[in-house]
Amino acid sequence: MSQAISDGPGPAAPVPRLGRAVRRPLGLFSVAGWIVFGVTLIVAAGVIPALTLLPAESPLQIAPYLVPLLGKYVCYAILALALDLIWGYAGILSLGQGAFFGLGGYCMGMYLMRQIGNRGVYGNAELPDFMVFLNWKQLPWTWWGFDAFPFALVMALAVPGLLALVFGWFAFRSRVTGVYFSIITQAMTYALMLAFFRNDMGFGGNNGLTDFKTLLGFEVQAPSTRLALYIISVLTLAMAFLLCRYVTVSKLGRVLLALRDAESRVRFLGYSVTNAKLFVFILSALLSGIAGALYVPQVGIINPSEFSPANSIEVAIWVAVGGRGTLVGAVLGAILVNLGKTWLTAAYPDVWLFLLGALFILVTLVIPYGLIGLAGRLRWRRGRADTDAPDPDLIEGPAPGAVTEINHG
Amino acid sequence: MAEHAGALEPGHRPVADKLSNSLLYLDNVTVSFDGFKALNALSLAIADGELRTVIGPNGAGKTTMMDVITGKTRPDSGAALFDGSVDLTRLDEEAIATLGIGRKFQKPTVFENLTVFENLELALRYHRGIWRTLLHRLNGEQVDRIDAVLQRIGLAARTADRAGLLSHGQKQWLEIGMLLMQDQRLLLLDEPVAGMTDAETAATAALILDLARDQTIIVVEHDMEFVRSLGAKVTVLHEGSVLAEGTIDHVQNHPRVIEVYLGR
Repeated sequence: MSQAISDGPGPAAPVPRLGRAVRRPLGLFSVAGWIVFGVTLIVAAGVIPALTLLPAESPLQIAPYLVPLLGKYVCYAILALALDLIWGYAGILSLGQGAFFGLGGYCMGMYLMRQIGNRGVYGNAELPDFMVFLNWKQLPWTWWGFDAFPFALVMALAVPGLLALVFGWFAFRSRVTGVYFSIITQAMTYALMLAFFRNDMGFGGNNGLTDFKTLLGFEVQAPSTRLALYIISVLTLAMAFLLCRYVTVSKLGRVLLALRDAESRVRFLGYSVTNAKLFVFILSALLSGIAGALYVPQVGIINPSEFSPANSIEVAIWVAVGGRGTLVGAVLGAILVNLGKTWLTAAYPDVWLFLLGALFILVTLVIPYGLIGLAGRLRWRRGRADTDAPDPDLIEGPAPGAVTEINHG
Repeated sequence: MAEHAGALEPGHRPVADKLSNSLLYLDNVTVSFDGFKALNALSLAIADGELRTVIGPNGAGKTTMMDVITGKTRPDSGAALFDGSVDLTRLDEEAIATLGIGRKFQKPTVFENLTVFENLELALRYHRGIWRTLLHRLNGEQVDRIDAVLQRIGLAARTADRAGLLSHGQKQWLEIGMLLMQDQRLLLLDEPVAGMTDAETAATAALILDLARDQTIIVVEHDMEFVRSLGAKVTVLHEGSVLAEGTIDHVQNHPRVIEVYLGR
């Protein structure tokens, strides 16, 4: 930056020098980025599963009972990724991601229920146990087709996607933004929770769906099935990460960042703000739905508590802890916070919620850019002696007030 | 700058007295907020290729007028005809921007977390659809176009800097640059020199005069010296309608204008 400030507009400006911004990366990451991605993927999808297969005497063995737990973390990471896409980039804090996650989960749960067949307590091949218990005579239409796995998979995407389309279309078209949007998404997930609690909805009411036996003919409880589900979850996370990365480095990704900064300017440039928000909201809902569908066979149950508003808020905490608007941070935050949760709820069950609250306050006050932002800051401090690189907090990462609506008079 | 001003004597400009000749024609536009008439049966014609300055005391309706033209505010009555046929009051912001009207806000509004280059890239005239935007990659010609605008607004040395790091004046220029990238037919500049130093103001005047050779421009401004330096036809707004119109000397000596500006 030898010539930092020019004299002003006019033909006398210096010959343009193509800056760093001009050179588009050939792929999604730099070479180093691809190496990190590849190594992480090999460790997560290859090394960790291999370690669970070691004999129990081996010091390196990862106990097989931990596999579903790891799989659950991976599903949460996909959910966090989905929220980071819409919150970290487009600045829309959706506190209803749990709704999409739950709906995806219910679709998978319904398939798993149909797979039970006559192996249920009542031995009724036509109806799930809870319907027999409720004295229902026939399968409600909402369950039609869920015997087929492909149908269930499509619905696990279509239902959350459609809800996001309809809900988002009304909200974004009416220009509901900022905290108002967060509140109505909370209301959305709360309404779903209340609805799914009702027995007449036909989704198992309070108890939800459980007692699953087989998935595509494989025993759900079998270690091999669990390992396979874990590996599939990791691969899905990897693909979701690449997809999110693709969107965020594209020109559309810059439009999303732009509408976080100055929505009306985006509008006056001729972009449809409604469509851009709708796109990212639907994509985020689809990813959440997939995460839910992968989650259910690994934890073995889905019930209305998945729609609880607190769940969706927790996702925001994971993303904030890891670092908003970084994608990597969302994955990291989801896994670390849940590791901590697993440990603390076992060791100190009474204090877990207080610690979670304290963590959120601490992150907001001390590391507003999350762990990734903190890492960048430390790297900058160390390297400050020999470079004149500006403070990374000023260069990248979301503005502290990213959620706040910007008003132009 | 002097040579620019010389090329812009009022006589060289077409006079907007006929609808067929005007690019923008506001016809009896009224906007009221809770009974307060921000615009009161405002009629105004801007000829194709014209540079027009609009002045007026606070609350005269200048910004509301821009809001009506760009679709941000819907008038209670009246029409805003663009290019003699399209009624802007029926369109939304995106459609109006696509039609060829660009706007610079009073407060510089750039994308602070994007680089100067990226700000211009987003403004580039190109398909605005979601999929096209997702898949778009810049080609050499487009990069050249961005470079040309960077030159013109004097920010070539700041290409890779985040727009949030620019000075106030530079942000104003970047915003004008974004309008240039859009390749619009009509530019609305709301107080383009607000908060600028004298040197920056002079540079901006030169830039606007340069732009006025290819585009129709409406400038809303408070700074009388700046308005004088543009040497264009001046419209004075007061209480939502036109009070006077003519050269800067004409309006400055207009008794009603003096009364409005200096108080009764």
